[in-house]
Amino acid sequence: MNLFLDALAWLTDPAHWTGPGGVPTRVLQHLAITFAAVTAAAILALPAGVLIGHTRKGAGLVGAIAGAARAIPTLGLLTLLGLALGIGLKAPLIALIVLAVPSVLAGAYAGVQNVDTAITGAARAIGMNPRQIVFQVEIPLAAPVLIGGLRAATLQVVATATLAAYTADFGLGRYLFSGLKSRDYAEMLAGALLVAALALLLELLFAAGQRLAAKRIAAPAHEKGAAESDSPREKEPV
Amino acid sequence: MNWLSLNWPQVIELTRDHLLLSAPALLLSVLIAVPIGRLAQQRPRIGGALLGAASLLYAIPALPLLIIIPALFGVPLRSPATMVIALTVYGVALLVRTAADAFGSVDPRVREAAVAVGHSPRSVFWRVDLPLAVPVLLAGVRVVAVSTVSLVTIGALIGVPSLGTLLTDGFQRGIPAEVATGIIATMALALLFDALLVAAGRALTPWATIRHERPLPQEETT
Repeated sequence: MNLFLDALAWLTDPAHWTGPGGVPTRVLQHLAITFAAVTAAAILALPAGVLIGHTRKGAGLVGAIAGAARAIPTLGLLTLLGLALGIGLKAPLIALIVLAVPSVLAGAYAGVQNVDTAITGAARAIGMNPRQIVFQVEIPLAAPVLIGGLRAATLQVVATATLAAYTADFGLGRYLFSGLKSRDYAEMLAGALLVAALALLLELLFAAGQRLAAKRIAAPAHEKGAAESDSPREKEPV
Repeated sequence: MNWLSLNWPQVIELTRDHLLLSAPALLLSVLIAVPIGRLAQQRPRIGGALLGAASLLYAIPALPLLIIIPALFGVPLRSPATMVIALTVYGVALLVRTAADAFGSVDPRVREAAVAVGHSPRSVFWRVDLPLAVPVLLAGVRVVAVSTVSLVTIGALIGVPSLGTLLTDGFQRGIPAEVATGIIATMALALLFDALLVAAGRALTPWATIRHERPLPQEETT
């Protein structure tokens, strides 16, 4: 437990809380790259996922993409992109987007596809056009599962954003890599605890958001859907 | 291709290291997660807490976990034990829910029938519950296997040799062919594990192949 005390001492040292390498800056950088990657993935994957769920075509394609993406080691993608694009943020950002897309896609597609066909049929019967059905019926009802996909993606990205420090001076991963190089275990452990705390915090926030979405946006009867989307997710490399 | 032809002995050695890290972790995950999943399914009150704890455990990022484990267990940072423990933690976190679902998928009437024809509780578990839970369980194990094989590469960052070493070494020395070899070899190993698991599943559930048109419940990410 001595090591944890050292890490705690490192964390409570005011010198580590100021300046460009300070904890607040690193946390903000970490959150910024996470947010950027998940947003980009959502812009790319949400419309595609909703479309696939709505038309119920191309589900096999989603499965194939998710399966293949799961097998790619993110460290490999990152290093390969790093060699091609050079040191900097471009390589980790692209690698993180690639990591986030399958989860967002699967969440959107599964959520929309699971909407009861009787409900969409009723919507069509009262004269809604396909656009209205998608935006006013399917997306609200799919919200809990759709948010579940974003939650899985965010969690993977916030964890893997640690690797961004491998090719750039960015994010909380910096403490891990500089601690590894200088054999400063306290710094490494402090960085590790910070990333873990950040990931757990986001996880709890998303869980609460998902419950809220199930209660408010989708009908209370669909709360079960939110619980189901809590199923095991694939593990991201880092 | 040229890089590979010059360095294949190293690639083979690293593949072996990769295998020796991922296979024990996978085995341990199954051995630990199945009893917990069974307990969670039989006693939902304890089970809910266990499953919640597992999903939180799963939220801990891998590289940080690799650094936290030596501090908790007193194993050296750069040792295979650190890797195997970390991979097992994730494997268990991922599998317990599937294991609980797998036992939940067994028709209670089948269980009652087994009791009625005189099976002891132990025999019900080994000869009825477990075999019937295999299809769902296997879907979960396949997800864990692929992610474990992929995750092993992270160990290269703390200096545990695996195919991930090709990724970090190739990056530092600027050899794209070495990095590409590492990626392809890792994916190939993951596919091999998956194929072996599918074959094992067929062997363990001979009744499923007779009416294999019935789709097995698939683990999907949401």
